Amino acid sequence: MFGKLSRLLTALTLVTAVVTAGAANAETLINGAGATFPYPLYSKWFSEYAKVDPSVKFNYQSIGSGGGIKQITAQTVDFGASDAFLSDEQLKATPGKLIHIPTVMGAVVVTYNLPGVGKGLKLKVEDVADIYLGKITKWNDPRIADDNPGIKLPNQPIIVVHRSDGSGTTNIFTDFLSGVSPEWTKKVGKGTSVKWPVGLGGKGNEGVAGQVKTTQYTIGYVELAYAFENKLPYATLKNKSGHWVEPSIKTTTAAAAAAVKHMPADYRISLVNQPGNDAYPIAGFTWLLVYEQQKNPVIGKKLVEFLNWELKKGQKMASALLYAPLPENVAKMVEKTVKSIKY
Amino acid sequence: MLQETDTRRWQIEKKLSGDFVFKGLTVVFAFTILAILLLMVEEMHRESLPALAKFGWRFVTGREWDAVQSSFGALPFIWGSVISSVLALFLATPLSVGTALFITEIAPQRFGGVVSALVELLAAIPSVIYGLWGVLVMAPWLQQSVEPFLSERLGFIPVFQGTPYGVSMLAAVFILMIMVVPIITAITREVLLTVPQSQKEAAVALGATRWEMIRMTVLPYGRSGILGAVILGLGRAIGETMAVTMVIGNTPQISLSLLSPAYTMPSVIANEFAEASSKLHSSALMEIGLILLVVTLIINILARLLLWGVSRQRGRTP
Repeated sequence: MFGKLSRLLTALTLVTAVVTAGAANAETLINGAGATFPYPLYSKWFSEYAKVDPSVKFNYQSIGSGGGIKQITAQTVDFGASDAFLSDEQLKATPGKLIHIPTVMGAVVVTYNLPGVGKGLKLKVEDVADIYLGKITKWNDPRIADDNPGIKLPNQPIIVVHRSDGSGTTNIFTDFLSGVSPEWTKKVGKGTSVKWPVGLGGKGNEGVAGQVKTTQYTIGYVELAYAFENKLPYATLKNKSGHWVEPSIKTTTAAAAAAVKHMPADYRISLVNQPGNDAYPIAGFTWLLVYEQQKNPVIGKKLVEFLNWELKKGQKMASALLYAPLPENVAKMVEKTVKSIKY
Repeated sequence: MLQETDTRRWQIEKKLSGDFVFKGLTVVFAFTILAILLLMVEEMHRESLPALAKFGWRFVTGREWDAVQSSFGALPFIWGSVISSVLALFLATPLSVGTALFITEIAPQRFGGVVSALVELLAAIPSVIYGLWGVLVMAPWLQQSVEPFLSERLGFIPVFQGTPYGVSMLAAVFILMIMVVPIITAITREVLLTVPQSQKEAAVALGATRWEMIRMTVLPYGRSGILGAVILGLGRAIGETMAVTMVIGNTPQISLSLLSPAYTMPSVIANEFAEASSKLHSSALMEIGLILLVVTLIINILARLLLWGVSRQRGRTP
């Protein structure tokens, strides 16, 4: 009788033990929030990584870079994501040392609607700045016409379109314009939303692209991936070294490769206007934001494992989704940085 | 006999307790709404304190909106919201009242039912669909046909001057008009249905034509109700965000011309709040929310006064 009972008890204990262990093992949920621009790639990574390590589940909210920075500063998420690096002031507000981990690069292209003109309109970067400053107002302005001898440009006012919502795309674009034109730096500056001297505001990539597509004689800027997917015409730009560069995955990666020599240890670097024969001038990193000292050892460990996977396997998936992968030497640097995360 | 009184008393008591519970519940509900409103105001006020402290009244009169320089003024947004909503109502009211009159007084019953169902269908379309249609279909049409015509023929009036961009104040007014028509029409129709048949018959018996009957009995009877419908439409118009953002051009400027782009209060909040990284920027957007509330309140009070004036006037004329 007692024997039976004790055996039953043992069995019960075993079952309980197994169930508890199972629960502890079951799933580690890692929460993240931030940039919308890399969201398609990140969600691809998370679903592919679920096959590698089924015990980890990622929950990523693409609420925008500003929101990502706010949430990682408040420690309501395990990692943040941003298209703009944090300022010194913003870094001071964080409760611990926050590491920037560049994942991929994006580029911004200049798109336009000129009846009869396909892709490949040639624009000097200074001319782009003057168009957005409202100083070049006609399409047949000699400064544009001289670079495009084969194209008959119309005598029509240029309708400038920009993003109306705060966005990382605007941040990169205005950063680029600031690097090109001292007047832009003085009058407007760079930021996720700025005071535009001229033009109409469209909400989101689709808002800008919609206005450019449906309105003749417009010029706008959208993400490279968005322009490629929607087959928008885009301009070839003359970069700082005096070379005409067409926007592409390759020329975007080239911009980062050109920056390797002066890459700071915290990766807080803008990639616009990099020198080099084929460096596209409007490119930028997008970053994951992770605390160096992880609070939860389980989450910390899983996060580092994921980052290592992303730097090796994940990078290969980037081009298919129209993101520029990190150049190999940068990826090597980042691997070392990931090793410094403690948990 | 005694038993019967007891039962009755019990029934009365039961009724009373039911009344008590009901009364209590309605009081709780009413105060919940009030509490939510007050909490919202308090929260927005607290969040907008930095902007209130820095700019004071200059925030309301300022025309500059520059997040990089942290210089904020809300006047272009207030202007855009008020003008677009008021003009939209100006166009929508005759259209809606006309439609409602057609449905209730003119059309054969069955056909009127079809028309009113179609109008209500318009109310069910999400605003983002209106916005997409606006930016992809209406704005190009405005840019290529309507606006060039206006600026060529009527360009001597400042209201129709300027380059036709398509996305403009005019586009916002049209979109809002289409969006408020179903609301005003539906309510006006209900109001007109309450006009007593006897009054209408009396007018006709006195030899009134159909138009005279509508003018003398139907419209005066429904006047305050129609005004109420217009106020509800105004509420919808001034708070509309998505569709307006997509067609108004999002340029913070004050221009007399309907052809130039503008900006509204809900639009700037929707556009910039998610990425407002500086404290002052998000605080300025919070203050815009507060101003939106105040502007809505002022318009509602004005409308109430108008309503009150109209009903008093009606009371005097027999």
